[in-house]
Amino acid sequence: MLRSDTGKLSLILLMTPFVLWIVLLILLPQLGITFVSLREKIGPRQYEFGFGNYIAFIQEPIYWNTLLRTAWMSILVTVMSLLVGFPIAFYIAKIAQRRSRAGLFLLCLIPLWVSDLVRAFGWIVLLRETGLISGALQYVGLVNGPVEMLYNDVTVVIGLVYTVVLFMIVPLVSTLDGMDNSMLEAGYNLGGSRLTVFRRIIVPYAMPGIVSGCIIVFMLTAGSYLTPILLGGKNSMWFTEQIYDQFITRYNWEAGATFGVLLLGFTSMVIWLGLKLTGQNLASTVAKD
Amino acid sequence: MKFLGSKLLATAAVIIAVSTGASSAETLRLLTWGSYAPDEIIKLFEEKYPDIQVEVTFSNNEEMVAKLRATGGAGFDLAQPSHDRIYAVQQEYGIYKPLDLTKIDTSVMEPKLLEGVKANTTIDGQVYAVPHQWGTSGLMADVSKVPDLKSWSDLCDPQYKGKTSMRLKRTILLGTAFAMGEDPFAAYSDLDKYQTILDKVAEKLIACKDNLKTYWTGGDDLSNLMLSGEVVASETWDSTAYKLYAQNPNIHFIPPTTGALAWIDTFTIPAKGEADDAAYKWINFVLQPEIVKLMSASTGSQASVKGAKDLLPEDKRAAVTAAFTDKDIDNLKFFANIPPGVEDMEGKTLEKIKAATE
Repeated sequence: MLRSDTGKLSLILLMTPFVLWIVLLILLPQLGITFVSLREKIGPRQYEFGFGNYIAFIQEPIYWNTLLRTAWMSILVTVMSLLVGFPIAFYIAKIAQRRSRAGLFLLCLIPLWVSDLVRAFGWIVLLRETGLISGALQYVGLVNGPVEMLYNDVTVVIGLVYTVVLFMIVPLVSTLDGMDNSMLEAGYNLGGSRLTVFRRIIVPYAMPGIVSGCIIVFMLTAGSYLTPILLGGKNSMWFTEQIYDQFITRYNWEAGATFGVLLLGFTSMVIWLGLKLTGQNLASTVAKD
Repeated sequence: MKFLGSKLLATAAVIIAVSTGASSAETLRLLTWGSYAPDEIIKLFEEKYPDIQVEVTFSNNEEMVAKLRATGGAGFDLAQPSHDRIYAVQQEYGIYKPLDLTKIDTSVMEPKLLEGVKANTTIDGQVYAVPHQWGTSGLMADVSKVPDLKSWSDLCDPQYKGKTSMRLKRTILLGTAFAMGEDPFAAYSDLDKYQTILDKVAEKLIACKDNLKTYWTGGDDLSNLMLSGEVVASETWDSTAYKLYAQNPNIHFIPPTTGALAWIDTFTIPAKGEADDAAYKWINFVLQPEIVKLMSASTGSQASVKGAKDLLPEDKRAAVTAAFTDKDIDNLKFFANIPPGVEDMEGKTLEKIKAATE
C-alpha cells in the first residue's frame, strides 16, 4: 500500500515538469496560434471567425510556392545530410578504434559550441566576392576576376547541410553502435558481397536511426531562419521569412499564425509520408526492440 | 547561536534596505534605435537624476510596433518610432498615450519639424508624438567608380551590373515611384491608383533584380558591402553614408533628383508606460544643446532642434555640407502617414519582388 503510494508520488513528481513543459510551452501556444489563424480581420479592431486567412493563402501563388520550395529544399538537405552523415557515423561506430571514438564524436560536436549566426557568417567570410575562396582562386590563377559564390540556392543548401548534419550523425552513431559485428561477419561468411551486406544488413539495422535523423534534420531545416536568409540574400525565399514578415513588418498576426499552422501541418504530412514510404512508424524510430 | 541569529537579522535588514531602495528608484525603459541611447548620455542622465535608472532595448520601427502591440503598450516607458508609424497604428492598436506638451520644452525644437510631426500624429485633438532625430533616405556611391549617380533608377543601370544594392523595404518602392514620375504620397488617398503605381514599380524592380548584388538588411551589412568595394552604389540612410565618408572620402551621400525621402524619429509614450515623468525628463534632457551634440555624434543624424547642423560633429557636418545644397533641402519629401491597408499592399508588392526569379 505504502509502496504504491510512493511509486505514484515519484511518478507525479517526475512527470510534472515534463507535463508543464508540454502544456505550457508547446500545446497552449499552438492552440493560441490556431485560434489567431481563424480570426479574420474585417476592419480596425474588428474581427470575425472564419477560414479567410487559409483561403487567402491558397489564392496567393507566392505563398504556397514558397512553402513548396521550402519543403523541396529541406528534403534535398535531408538526403544530402544522410549521404554525408552515414559514412561518418559508420566510421565512428564501427571502424574507428574504441579509444579514438570519443574524440571523433567530440569533433563532430564542436561546431555546436558556436552559434548558428556566427557559423553562417563564417560561410559569408569564405564565399563572398572579396572572401577567402575567391581570393585563393584568383591567387592560384584559376579565375581572372573575383567570383561571387553567395546569394544562390546551392550556397543555401550547403550551408544548411553543414548546420544540420550533426543531428543526422548522432542518432546514426547510437544505432550503429548497437549492431553486433558478428552480424556483418556472418553476412560475409555466407557469401554476401559488400553491397549485399550493406543493403541487407546494415541499412535495415540502421533504419530507425536513419528515420529519426531524417525527421530531426527535416524539421530543423524547414524551420530554420538565419542560414537561408543570410546565405540566400536577394534570392532567398524561405517560408519562415514569410511568417516573420507577416508578424513583424505587416502587423498581420492573423496571416502569420495561419502560415505557422500550415508549416507545422505540411511538415508533419511530409514526415508521415516518409514514414509510410519507408514502412516505419514513429514508435520504432525512438525505441528499438 | 545568538551571534549567528543577530548576523542573520542584520543580513535580512540589509536585504530589505537594498530592495526598498531599489524600488524607490524609478526605472525608465527606453525602446529605441541602435545608436539613440549611447552609454555616455545614459551616464550623464543618471548623474543628474540619481533616482532614475535607464534600461535600453534597441529595435527598429516594425519591431517597436510589434513589441508594443504584443503587450497592448506595456513593458516600455518611452518609444521612438518614425513619424509615419503613429497615426494608423494608434487607431488600429491603441498602443500610445497622448503627450502632455506642457511638460516638454518644445521651444527648442525646429518649428517646421515640430508642426509637421504634430500634424501627422494628432488624433481627436490629442498629440501623440514630438520629433527627435531626423534624416533622409537617398543614394550613396563611390564617386571614383560611379561618378554620375543621380536617380533611384540609376541603381538599375546595366553598366553597374552586380555592383549595386538596396534594402527591400517600402523606401525603395516610394523612391522608384518618384523616379518614374509618380507621386505615391498623393496616391495614398486613392488606393486603386496607388495599386497601379505599385504594380509598375514592382515590374521595374523585378527587372532590376538581376542588376543587384543583394538586398542589404542593416547599416552594418551595407557598410561592409560598400567598404569592401563589392557594391559601388546603393540606396542608403544618410547617416550610414556619413559614417562611411569618414572612412573613405570617395563615398558620398547623393540626394536623388526627385528628392531624398525624409523621416523623423519621434518620442512617444506607450499606452501602459509606468514612468511618464522620467520619460518627459529624458526628452527634455536629450534636447539640451550639449547632449544633442553627443547624440548626433552617435546617431550620425541631425536633431530636430534649432541650429542642429551647428551641433553636428566636425566630420559629420562636412559630410552633410558635401551632400546637401539648400535646394536639396527644399526638395525633401517627408514620408506621409501610412493609411490603413497601405502596409499590406506594399508588403504584398515586396513579397512579389522577393519571390521573382530572373
